[in-house]
Amino acid sequence: MKIVVCIKQVPDTAEVRINPETNTLVRDGVPSIINPYDLHALEAGLQIKELTGGTVTALTMGPPQAEDALREAIAMGVDDAVLLTDRAFAGSDTWATAYTLSRAVKKIGFDIILCGKQAIDGDTAQVGPEMAEFLDIPHIAYVKAIDEISTERIRVKRMMEEGYDIVESPIPVLLTVVKEINEPRLPSLKGKMRAKKAEIKKLGFDALETDEHLVGLKGSPTQVKDIFAPEMKKDRKVLKGSPEEIVEQLIGVLKEMKCL
Amino acid sequence: MRIKVDIELCTGCETCIDSCPYDAIEMKDDKAFINEYCQLCRNCLNACPEGAIKEVEGEEPVVAEDLSIYKGVWVFAEQREGRVSDVALELLGVGKQLSEQRGTELSAVLFGADSSEAERLIHWGADRVYHCEDRIFDRFNDDPYVDLLTVLIKRYKPEIVLAGATPIGRSFIPRVAARLKTGLTADCTSLKIDPETGNLLQIRPAFGGNIMATILCPNTRPQMATVRPRVMKKGVFDESRTGEIIKIDAENLRCRTTVIDTVKEESETTCNLQEADIIVSGGRGIGGPDGFKMLEELAKLLDGAVGASRAAVDEGWISYAHQVGQTGKTVCPKIYIACGISGAVQHLVGMQSSDVIIAINKNEDAPIFSVANYAVVGDVKEIVPMLIKKLKEVKGL
Repeated sequence: MKIVVCIKQVPDTAEVRINPETNTLVRDGVPSIINPYDLHALEAGLQIKELTGGTVTALTMGPPQAEDALREAIAMGVDDAVLLTDRAFAGSDTWATAYTLSRAVKKIGFDIILCGKQAIDGDTAQVGPEMAEFLDIPHIAYVKAIDEISTERIRVKRMMEEGYDIVESPIPVLLTVVKEINEPRLPSLKGKMRAKKAEIKKLGFDALETDEHLVGLKGSPTQVKDIFAPEMKKDRKVLKGSPEEIVEQLIGVLKEMKCL
Repeated sequence: MRIKVDIELCTGCETCIDSCPYDAIEMKDDKAFINEYCQLCRNCLNACPEGAIKEVEGEEPVVAEDLSIYKGVWVFAEQREGRVSDVALELLGVGKQLSEQRGTELSAVLFGADSSEAERLIHWGADRVYHCEDRIFDRFNDDPYVDLLTVLIKRYKPEIVLAGATPIGRSFIPRVAARLKTGLTADCTSLKIDPETGNLLQIRPAFGGNIMATILCPNTRPQMATVRPRVMKKGVFDESRTGEIIKIDAENLRCRTTVIDTVKEESETTCNLQEADIIVSGGRGIGGPDGFKMLEELAKLLDGAVGASRAAVDEGWISYAHQVGQTGKTVCPKIYIACGISGAVQHLVGMQSSDVIIAINKNEDAPIFSVANYAVVGDVKEIVPMLIKKLKEVKGL
């Protein structure tokens, strides 16, 4: 079984704050991490390999420093890693990102492709399903358990709004996974040693044999027009006084709203 | 929009490098260079002491298709077990405003369910319903949904297509956009028409929900967007409204996946959260799992439910089912009491449509106060226990 796990290096958005005076993002010391959902995708890939045999390849698209994320994946136990990096990919939206990744996956070869359900910086959840479309393979999104797997078919639990579906798909297939699917392993010492020395394969625009109008900014149907902080509410009332007085006022508000 | 470095002005001081949350600035021949990791957050614009970093307009498309042949606003009306979901009615609400501004019609697309549901979509504001009753849509598989919606869009050429950001919409709509080579914007919190260009302005949280972004899809059609449930208000219900129902045949639809079974899981806390009139929600500022015990007590006294910020859930203080925000639940209770929540945009977008927001936070600059109706600058660990005590007195407990 050839397993490809797509990962993304993201800033740890939980650590990002906004400077209220300038309305800009404050990011002193915010670390870059592997998108948390992708850790579960890596773990799922490693577990499938343990069951069926084969190889796990980690794939990412990003700047040269995204190599760090791939080394972390190697430390967790993936067999090899591919970095998709080129200035031509600059400014990619989800369409162009998914297209570019799909070209790379075709080069690498695959039976199962795994992605996290979404990345914590963009939160779109679009790249996985879009990739499956470009590869013309089925996908199952929001997978919370893999129940059965053979070389031909896979049966999974897919999260829905009010529970889950049990879904079967032929292989090749692309799955996007949620946190409930597993507990990602920590890198082993041996893995870390291997990660240091491992060779990261790099692919650029030329290797993908595609049209420049399909990648990067030119290949992106969407554009960011502007970025802004949310507006302040105008009718805001500040409750002042000692804690006792504040509590009295809160009780007043609750009574006014007929909640008491 | 793009961010570019003016090489003439750049002194190579490297100040901008630390300002970039994405490590998207590197040095190249002793000048700053913005690489492909740039997310357009604009932080570097202020960081550069020389003003060498600038915004430039996006590149023009190579070939522009004639976009004027695309007309009308479509809402994909998701059904589950034969019943149209509420998010579809909410989308008809915002869809109506958009279609009026564009001077076009509002249509709904319904796969599965019976004709009474199609009628209901008309009562909720649709001028026309494209309805395919085929049994293939009884259970959700991506392939037939993608195939038929793509065919219909190609046939009827709508200008705008909206869908719910539900597990179903978020799974198959991206494939439709990919196949049509058009843009799709996820989880929009506001949709407007640009009065000058007529383009759809798609506003959504960006950068992990720390800030808002306006997204455009200027050169391709349709412009596609998803919206989470409970973000938009439903339109007006009018039983006397009439409209046209166009029956669609399901032909040549592929279906590679099979749904073997559908299992319902009743999660009390989950349902409770979105239906509660009062939500008492906690963030990092409540200090730990014990803080949530305190909030549970308060919620119980108010007959409400307990919510949480992503920070508190990530700390492991409470389960994900309680998470409110962009990556959790969107809620709109009568009263939302935010305790020790700083108010990252990603949280705000999940609760800002609540009728009344009470925020308690130590830090008077906390962004949560920007959406609060009542702001309390103080320590939750002091105020909440006192409020619990007082409530018990009032209720005679």
